[in-house]
Amino acid sequence: MTPALFIAFGAMLVIASLMVILHRNPVTSALFLVVAFCSLAAIYLLLHAEFLAMVQVIVYAGAIMVLFLFVVMYLNLKHDVEHGIHLALRRGAGWILGGVLLSEALWFFGRHWAAGPLAPEEAMATAGNTEAIGRVLYTRYLFPFEITSMLLLVAMVGAVVIAKGRGPHVERGRPPQGASGAPAAPADRQETA
Amino acid sequence: MIPLAWMLGLSAIVFVIGVVGVLVRRNALIIFMSIELMLNAANLAFVAFAREAKSLDGQIFVFFVMTVAAAEVAVGLAIIVNVFRLKETVYVDEINLLKG
Amino acid sequence: MAAIWSNPDFQFVLWAMVKIVVILFTMLTVVSYMIYAERKIAGHMQARVGPNRVGPLGLLQPAADVAKLFFKEEFTPEGANKVVFTIAPMMAVIPALVTFSVIPFGPQDAFRVTDVNVGLLVFLAMSSLGVYAITLGGWSSNNKYALLGGLRSSAQMISYELAMGLSCIPVLLFAGSLSLMEITRMQGHWWFVATPFGMLAFMIFMITALAETNRAPFDLPEAEAELVAGFHTEYSSMKFGLFFLGEFANVITISCIAVVLFLGGWNGPWLPEALKFLWFFAKLGVLLFFFIWIRWTFPRLRYDQLMNLGWKVLLPVALGNILLTSAYLWWRAQG
Repeated sequence: MTPALFIAFGAMLVIASLMVILHRNPVTSALFLVVAFCSLAAIYLLLHAEFLAMVQVIVYAGAIMVLFLFVVMYLNLKHDVEHGIHLALRRGAGWILGGVLLSEALWFFGRHWAAGPLAPEEAMATAGNTEAIGRVLYTRYLFPFEITSMLLLVAMVGAVVIAKGRGPHVERGRPPQGASGAPAAPADRQETA
Repeated sequence: MIPLAWMLGLSAIVFVIGVVGVLVRRNALIIFMSIELMLNAANLAFVAFAREAKSLDGQIFVFFVMTVAAAEVAVGLAIIVNVFRLKETVYVDEINLLKG
Repeated sequence: MAAIWSNPDFQFVLWAMVKIVVILFTMLTVVSYMIYAERKIAGHMQARVGPNRVGPLGLLQPAADVAKLFFKEEFTPEGANKVVFTIAPMMAVIPALVTFSVIPFGPQDAFRVTDVNVGLLVFLAMSSLGVYAITLGGWSSNNKYALLGGLRSSAQMISYELAMGLSCIPVLLFAGSLSLMEITRMQGHWWFVATPFGMLAFMIFMITALAETNRAPFDLPEAEAELVAGFHTEYSSMKFGLFFLGEFANVITISCIAVVLFLGGWNGPWLPEALKFLWFFAKLGVLLFFFIWIRWTFPRLRYDQLMNLGWKVLLPVALGNILLTSAYLWWRAQG
């Protein structure tokens, strides 16, 4: 049962990933990426990583991809026009390099790991538990965990500062009335005028 | 029971699809999505090895990779939005401000 | 033939299918009668009678509504993205129905489809997928009102999801498990809502639940006074019906989760063990009435009020609640 499910979800993952890079419409690409993430979550379930499977859906499908869709809709992107510089060259070189990389990776993995010993299925059945992950996360990996929270904070501040923008775009709508934004706005307006 | 080689093979295929996506597409958003695919392929390999080694460390790494991916997407999309405001395009070969 | 029937795998799958079908049909009946209840209660709150023509007391009204929707014209607007336009209404219903699979309706094995050790995360994951229906429906309609509704909803649902997830954490701290079955068992003597932390968390949860299901006073995505009908402006026939169904299915799902997390699930006095599930449905009924009551009582929030409430009030309060709860549990463990 499990190998059959793995093949089904694996095929879904590969097809969805291919559609992400092949489809012209960014919204469709984003939707196929959601499908890819969900099938990956199903594969995690098959590997007894229940917590990761759910976090995968919550973080990737629920937050990151919604952000992607939001930006695609906000920028109002239609179908991609493909006429850029050296289109055929770039495309051919890309696929050939990809093929080379894939055969290298498969050769490497096949050579070193294919005959490896297999773990008994029952051994990991309880290890996927949220409790076990939490225990390891808050003891052995406590410091990296705290650093990650700092990283998220920095990213959040950075995203707000970058997306807020300076220059002519401040003029949209009413000028900000807060103490932080008020002095900057008139100066910018003089520059553009 | 799924053989480790299958999972690594799947991980390799998805990773290469991500690489090809970065190489052949010129829409910054699609390139970004391809990077997400590569990160996820690496995550799959981590989980596969974690199960093989009967240890949770691999799963913890996936957790950290997801956090970093979330941070990266937030900042990256903010940059793309800003570039679009400036240049009215998301195609990476038309964004050549440093060329003078 | 006999070999198949005695195969344990087959029995497991068959038993699961039977439970899924029964629970699905029960919940769909509850959904359709919630629509009837909403119209009836709304009528009485506005000194009207509500639907009373189809059948005794208008009880066959849901069936008539569905039949009407099926016979309406299917309309797809010019320039719409047809595939996404069709998928969006389905996305509204599926996540809500999937969540029913982890909810324990009664103490016996027959009253739940499955009990997974990440039950609460399944609910959070599915509710985070609910954003897609409205965002995609709004975008694919190729209509500015629909797009505005879709964009509003994606911002709104992401903002309130955070506070909702955080408001569940005090319950987890008390129960020490993500399994909904385990959480219900922990409340055998004392419901979480009766503790100060649980009360605060319950209030935050219910407010965010209103926002997550896009119900008034948080129904900005469809604000009929400003956006015609918001994200479903271009939808007709059963596609509109699915959005409608999805909204009510979401309300019921989220109420079920609130019952499990804060109101003790099927725990209650007097009834014998076999009838405990009646307690679950009684509590569910009270919460559903609360949803309807709120809708016909409060005016809609302005967009900036909505964002301020979510980010500047609910989120910090939920975080503070987690801090206080952990401090209390630490103190209890020490003393």
